Amino acid sequence: MPNVTYIQPDGKEVTIEARDGDSVMETAVRNGVKGIIAECGGACACATCHVFVDEAFMGKVGEPGPLEDDMLDGSAEERNACSRLSCQIKMNADLDGLRVRIASEQV
Amino acid sequence: MGERILIVGAGQAGMQIAVSLRDAEFDGTITMIGEEAHGPYQRPPLSKAFLAGESDEESLELRSPAFYVENNIVVITDERVVDVRWDAAHGTAITNTGREVAFDKLALTTGADARPMDVEGVDLDGVLYLRGLADAKALKSRWDAAANVVVIGGGFIGLEVAAVARKNGKTTTIVHRSERLMSRVVSPTTSKFFKEAHERRGTTVLLNTQVSRFVGGGGKVTGVELADGTVIPADIVMIGIGVIPRGDLAAKLGLELKNDSIVVDEFARTSNARIVAAGDAVVMPHPLTGEGQVALESVQNAVDQAKVAASTLMGVDHEYKAVPWFWSDQDTMKLQMAGISTGYDETVLRGNPDEEKFSVIYYRDGRLIAIDSVNEVLDYMAVRKALGAGQTIPSDTASDTSVKLKDMVQD
Ligand SMILES: Cc1cc2nc3c(=O)[nH]c(=O)nc-3n(C[C@H](O)[C@H](O)[C@H](O)COP(=O)(O)OP(=O)(O)OC[C@H]3O[C@@H](n4cnc5c(N)ncnc54)[C@H](O)[C@@H]3O)c2cc1C
Ligand code: FES
Repeated sequence: MPNVTYIQPDGKEVTIEARDGDSVMETAVRNGVKGIIAECGGACACATCHVFVDEAFMGKVGEPGPLEDDMLDGSAEERNACSRLSCQIKMNADLDGLRVRIASEQV
Repeated sequence: MGERILIVGAGQAGMQIAVSLRDAEFDGTITMIGEEAHGPYQRPPLSKAFLAGESDEESLELRSPAFYVENNIVVITDERVVDVRWDAAHGTAITNTGREVAFDKLALTTGADARPMDVEGVDLDGVLYLRGLADAKALKSRWDAAANVVVIGGGFIGLEVAAVARKNGKTTTIVHRSERLMSRVVSPTTSKFFKEAHERRGTTVLLNTQVSRFVGGGGKVTGVELADGTVIPADIVMIGIGVIPRGDLAAKLGLELKNDSIVVDEFARTSNARIVAAGDAVVMPHPLTGEGQVALESVQNAVDQAKVAASTLMGVDHEYKAVPWFWSDQDTMKLQMAGISTGYDETVLRGNPDEEKFSVIYYRDGRLIAIDSVNEVLDYMAVRKALGAGQTIPSDTASDTSVKLKDMVQD
């Protein structure tokens, strides 16, 4: 199962083994990683699961879709080129070792 | 021994209170008791992705079982708290199995039940409600074999189930009692749009229509008989006519209720200072204006109010201030709402409903109070942010789609 490392807003790093097919958001929330709120549970409706993907992984993770892109425009912490909503990134073997920094402001 | 906090109701709000207490470094005992078979899980997917077969049971969990162990949160499932006894120093909750749990402070997050319908045939197999996972599984187990689905009630849950049914190729009918869909919360423009959008997808929408009974054979439902005698064939009937807040335990505790809802103040305190309450079970002052009493059945409210309740339990007064928001996914239509539109005196339409991409913006006394957006995320986010910052958007320019709403925001 693929690993994903989160850099929490408090600076702490947490690595979790994800279920294949689970989103980066679900993996974090279910395991109590701090900083991802995810009020809508992954419906791409709240923008409280904002992360900055490690640049090295941007190619594999890809760009946000159009809906996600609009949501990111309203995110609490200003977006950058590596911004994604973590509920829209599904984990798979290809993403093993993924690193994401969690936005410090979500609401 | 540290302080003991008991949370009754292991749902969205109960879970959040427990988590927020630990986040605030509460070092006493936390026990959460819930009458469902499962620990806290998400309800919204039950009428969306879960029904559509796009998510499984495990992905509904709000936290993994290991999380509660690691955070020393005791979760007791499958038990209902039936009574509470008070002694001078502390309280004791008693469950239906006879278990007794002593506590110093109490949180009620008992949620709501689906509002039952009182008509002939309601007990037939295939006539279902949708509030919990058990309901959703009952619905799903009959889903594939069903050709005809009738939804009673044109609210969010009913419309979502209808959308999945139609998408799965079922003959789908929505029977709604009043003259427009979701009439309690959205404007006539939004209601009309959703009626037409569901009809465009092949669903029959009957407004101003009463059910007289459910008909069946061999204990199974086969149809819905309307007041005018018409019978609509049905293999599944899903009743979504609203909820009844669970104020039963609060009533036993002598707390102030309004109808069935527990009355709380802006600190999520009930009429007994030792008891807080949050989520679908309560009515509260409007979270933006502080006026009146509102009930908000949403994840956002359950989560944000639970945080306030946790703070109150820790002895820190933290007033509930939050922009209410909500979403509903119906096929390709993403409805997003922010603010509370009740009491509006003006609306502005932005965008084109015929393209299934528009917003209705609500005003009161010339000030922005709410928005419904369909597939217009930017509008929705702009209004959500503006409301949070106490700002407004002039109504005379809001319809101009050549300018982004967020560029019109002013104090
Ligand atoms: C099908 C469906 C779709 C939804 N879709 C959306 C959506 O898209 N967006 C949105 O924002 N909201 C949605 N909601 C609403 C949202 O799920 C609720 O607002 C939220 O779950 C409320 O949380 P709560 O903790 O107050 O109540 P609940 O989550 O209902 O939890 C209350 C729990 O307390 C238990 N309980 C009650 N009394 C006792 C007792 N005496 N002893 C022990 N346990 C007890 C109940 O069994 C229940 O498990 C939806 C709801 C449903 C049912
Ligand atoms: S969880 Fe709500 S947008 Fe990602």
